[in-house]
Amino acid sequence: MNSLSRDGLYSLGQLILARVREFTREPEAVFWAVFFPVLLTTALGIAFGGSSVPALPVVTSSPEVARVLHDEPGVAVSLLDEPAARDALLNGKAALFAHANADGSVIYQYDDTNPDGRAARLLTDRAVQRAAGRVDPTPSRDQFVREPGSRYVDFVVPGLVGLGIMSNALWGLGFSIVDSRRRKLTKRLVATPMSRTSYLLSYLFWRMMILGVEVGVPIVFGVLAFDVPVRGRLVDLILICVLSSLAFSAIGLLIAARPRTIEAVSGLVNLVQVPMWILSGVFFSAQRFPDMVQPLIRALPLTAVNDALRSHMLQGASLMELAPQLLTLSTWVVVCFMLALKLFRWQ
Amino acid sequence: MASALSVRDLRKRYKDVVAVDGIDLDVAGGECFGLLGPNGAGKTTTIEICEGLTAPDSGDVEVLGLRWASDAHRIRQRLGIQLQETQLSDKLTILETLRLFRSFYACGPSPDEVIALVHLEEKRHARIAALSGGQKQRLALACALVGDPELLFLDEPTTGLDPQARRQLWHLIENFKRLGRTIVLTTHYMEEAERLCNRVAIVDHGKVIALGAPAQLVASVGAGHLIEFAAGEAASRIDLASLGRIEGVRSARAQNGSVTLEATELHRVLPALLAHLRDQNTSISELRTHSATLEDVFVSLTGRHLRDE
Repeated sequence: MNSLSRDGLYSLGQLILARVREFTREPEAVFWAVFFPVLLTTALGIAFGGSSVPALPVVTSSPEVARVLHDEPGVAVSLLDEPAARDALLNGKAALFAHANADGSVIYQYDDTNPDGRAARLLTDRAVQRAAGRVDPTPSRDQFVREPGSRYVDFVVPGLVGLGIMSNALWGLGFSIVDSRRRKLTKRLVATPMSRTSYLLSYLFWRMMILGVEVGVPIVFGVLAFDVPVRGRLVDLILICVLSSLAFSAIGLLIAARPRTIEAVSGLVNLVQVPMWILSGVFFSAQRFPDMVQPLIRALPLTAVNDALRSHMLQGASLMELAPQLLTLSTWVVVCFMLALKLFRWQ
Repeated sequence: MASALSVRDLRKRYKDVVAVDGIDLDVAGGECFGLLGPNGAGKTTTIEICEGLTAPDSGDVEVLGLRWASDAHRIRQRLGIQLQETQLSDKLTILETLRLFRSFYACGPSPDEVIALVHLEEKRHARIAALSGGQKQRLALACALVGDPELLFLDEPTTGLDPQARRQLWHLIENFKRLGRTIVLTTHYMEEAERLCNRVAIVDHGKVIALGAPAQLVASVGAGHLIEFAAGEAASRIDLASLGRIEGVRSARAQNGSVTLEATELHRVLPALLAHLRDQNTSISELRTHSATLEDVFVSLTGRHLRDE
């Protein structure tokens, strides 16, 4: 039966309805699809999203240094004895340990590879020097520019949206397809004139229907709770999300095409997902990885999704500017769907 | 009538197990044809090859005059299939499931009509997970009927059902027979084969060992009746050879303290048997006779029972 004939479309519609019903009648699945990204966003937002500037913890065993640093706003000083102070530094509870020597000189102990340590050193030294009489010849003033979109929570929300689409697509498709195969449901269906292409398409369409909730909930939550900006056009955002959903669904179909057991498909889903959790710039920028692997990282579907979402939301990028990412995703859709259709184990 | 199903020298092996070892079948349009045999005889493999679900290693299969290699889609439009251990999606209701299956076929009855056919009206909106075994099998049959098939394949349609559910399903199959459609079913229940089928092929170890109408098969074994009696410890002293020589007795065998005779005429054999036992001073505790069934045909051909394994 031709997928595009009137009967074929009706049959495809019935298949999509079946997918939707199977999903919505399983309460746990709905809960995880909707609330997991919200929980994750909240946790990360609270941990990293403070709006006030946090004071860096500094320890010293010299009362004079402590007195000087007491008035320095960027630093929170604690006066401890030597062993306790050293412990605090070594355990990461303090960014800097300031020793005052008998001859009036000061030694700063800190981790110079840690930005907090370097900042603490600069602030502490400035306070100490000024208290000892340093005068800064050039008059200067601070002007704070608090740009929404540059906080960690702004970085991480688009990443979590991408992660959510991927995770839900791979696990959702992986489990339900392999379960159908294992219980001989697929076998029963291919004994009918059902179009095999329609069967696979029904999974793609189903995931797109959930997209509204899957993407909408974390983004709306991010906007309302953390003022995360959404600078691009809404239409563009919808298109990016639809293409992302199709890409991950197609990958999910390919992963689920052969395995006969839930254990086997779980292993494959993890194998595919986990590298992308790390490499695709979900929690930290992918630029941190060496230049040599950057082309590989950019080819990964989750990277394309995260880059596109971030550029759209934080910088208002248009679809034209996002052409490379959209092209990457489109390629993943087409190649994986065709392979899945070819390799699919129907019984 | 035109041949509905034609199978020539079908062979299929899985690794080191030969599932189908040269099977020939000819099913005429409008008949109900049975494949009767124990588990592992190759019935399911054979029927799944006919259904286009499995590819044979060699042999020819023609379904409704068409071949799977070239006309798969056309054949599927005209077939109805019930798989062994049919599973349907637990979360859907009966009506939703039938609408889904109906959408695959170009023509056929409406889901409501089929629900009425299998007497599941009160359960139309019930989820499949909530149905009993018998109701699930009726639904599976409904799914097979929803495309208005010319040829119906039923693989062990009543296995695992309680007697009442089984009888209900037989009733439905008989209704379908009356419409003049062709049915091919597999079973390991001889009552099912005897009751439903016009002709039966008895299958064992991948081969057809007997083929014909049930009454014919029973008659072909030669003995119309079986006599069983239990003799307890005395059974070991019974001389089977002399029993076998009684006029009208075809064969005599002993198993677990009971003796079974295949006999042609009860009214001659029974008195002779009782006289023989009296002469030998052998007391017996039970005596039963029944007319031969397909089970007995199977036993006489293979020495095993249909449900031994």
